[in-house]
Amino acid sequence: MGLWQFLVQNRKEVLELTGEHLWLVGAAMTLAVAIGVPLGILVTRVPRLNKAVLGGANIIQTIPSLALFGFLLPAPWIGERADRLAILALTLYALLPLIRNTSVGIQGVDRTVVEAGRGMGMTDRQLLWRVELPLAMGVIIAGVRVATVISVGVATIAAAIGAGGLGEFIFRGLAMVNNQVILAGAIPASCLALAADMGLGWVEKRLSQW
Amino acid sequence: MTDNAYAGPAIEFRDVSFQYASGLALLKGLNLSVARGETLVLLGRSGSGKTTALKLINHLLSPTGGQVRVEGVATSQWDVIRLRRSIGYVIQEAGLFPHFTVAKNIALVPSLEKWDEARTTARVAEMLKLVGLDQELAGRYPRELSGGQRQRVGVARALAADPPILLMDEPFGALDPLTRAELQREFAELQRRLRKTVVFVTHDLHEALFLADRVALMEAGELEAVLTPEEFRGSRHPLVSAYRDAFLSERPQE
Ligand SMILES: Nc1ncnc2c1ncn2[C@@H]1O[C@H](COP(=O)(O)OP(=O)(O)O)[C@@H](O)[C@H]1O
Ligand SMILES: [Mg+2]
Repeated sequence: MGLWQFLVQNRKEVLELTGEHLWLVGAAMTLAVAIGVPLGILVTRVPRLNKAVLGGANIIQTIPSLALFGFLLPAPWIGERADRLAILALTLYALLPLIRNTSVGIQGVDRTVVEAGRGMGMTDRQLLWRVELPLAMGVIIAGVRVATVISVGVATIAAAIGAGGLGEFIFRGLAMVNNQVILAGAIPASCLALAADMGLGWVEKRLSQW
Repeated sequence: MTDNAYAGPAIEFRDVSFQYASGLALLKGLNLSVARGETLVLLGRSGSGKTTALKLINHLLSPTGGQVRVEGVATSQWDVIRLRRSIGYVIQEAGLFPHFTVAKNIALVPSLEKWDEARTTARVAEMLKLVGLDQELAGRYPRELSGGQRQRVGVARALAADPPILLMDEPFGALDPLTRAELQREFAELQRRLRKTVVFVTHDLHEALFLADRVALMEAGELEAVLTPEEFRGSRHPLVSAYRDAFLSERPQE
């Protein structure tokens, strides 16, 4: 039986697992943006936090993903459901590129432009929302793009703790020593990563024109 | 800010000194008054502290000693946002927002001040006309303009909310000589009509003598002399002579 045939025959499960995969990645990226971007802004405002925040995110990044799932298991509420656990782990992984790109993006905005705005009487908040964030948006989206591609990959491991997603096929295929089943998970996951990369790459380009 | 009857100088430096936390004194014992409606040119070589002095006026920097007073009130006592919105600020390369259209750039302070749309639109059109720009440019982005056009937009933006004071930091410094001369002429003409209080920073003697009511000559963070262009041409002050010589050799007909 060819891979294509396998996918067609199991399309219901393929779609279901793809849906789960998207849910894990989508929820994690939403949370990571909601946490990472404000933290990135914060470190540009309070530079002495820079080292601690980026250092922390960096350390998280170095924890092997399976180990991170394990560490989070005893957490109340989170540990109760595998998808919560997976989403939290993915969120933590995504923080570093988001914090870093947000702060680097803001710091990269032409200082004379910011100073002109300040000199014309813009408040800090107005400068942030109307000048710094719009001009940094291309770099921030580049961070979202990197984080999303990483998340799509790491999310396959979430199946190991029963969180579902396309990793199900991969782990099942490993257990069955069946390459076709492995590929039935790996190929759609790669396609998701590629689609995210291209889609966000397009957005990034649109927003980087300044 | 002009509703009271304050009759003193529009801007006043009282024994002002400035230094960064790290370094040595950039400005030392600066005393200077700028009269209402006057164009005062700060002239000096680069690094002499001109930009620093200018930024003390709109409180982008605050003096480490002495006081800078605007309309009789120390800048430290002003609501800094109010202060800055009543002072137009033009810098080299214009400092325009690259992601704003020309119209939006010009409308910056009106939008911060929440003018209604009709008034803002009318004001933008008026400003474009004032600085000699085609109305069609309103929808363009700064990168789609020439250097001279950008600088005109910078002036229009600074004047949009009709501030009584205008600070200009080498506004024409990056332009080619012909465009620079053109903008200098037009600005002189504009200022004859508007009578703003202008502090204009330059290192170009010709520009200084052409635009100034008075020239304040700075050197190494200190004020060397404050002279009218007439006095400047005849002065025997060694630094003034040195300036004249340097520029005379460049343009012998003057
Ligand atoms: N943030 C800063 N920290 C320390 N020194 C500075 C800073 N900004 C400018 N300077 C120094 O202050 C001096 C005066 O600068 P400035 O006022 O810009 O001179 P000008 O406008 O006359 O060229 C320069 O020597 C410059 O190197
Ligand atoms: Mg300067």
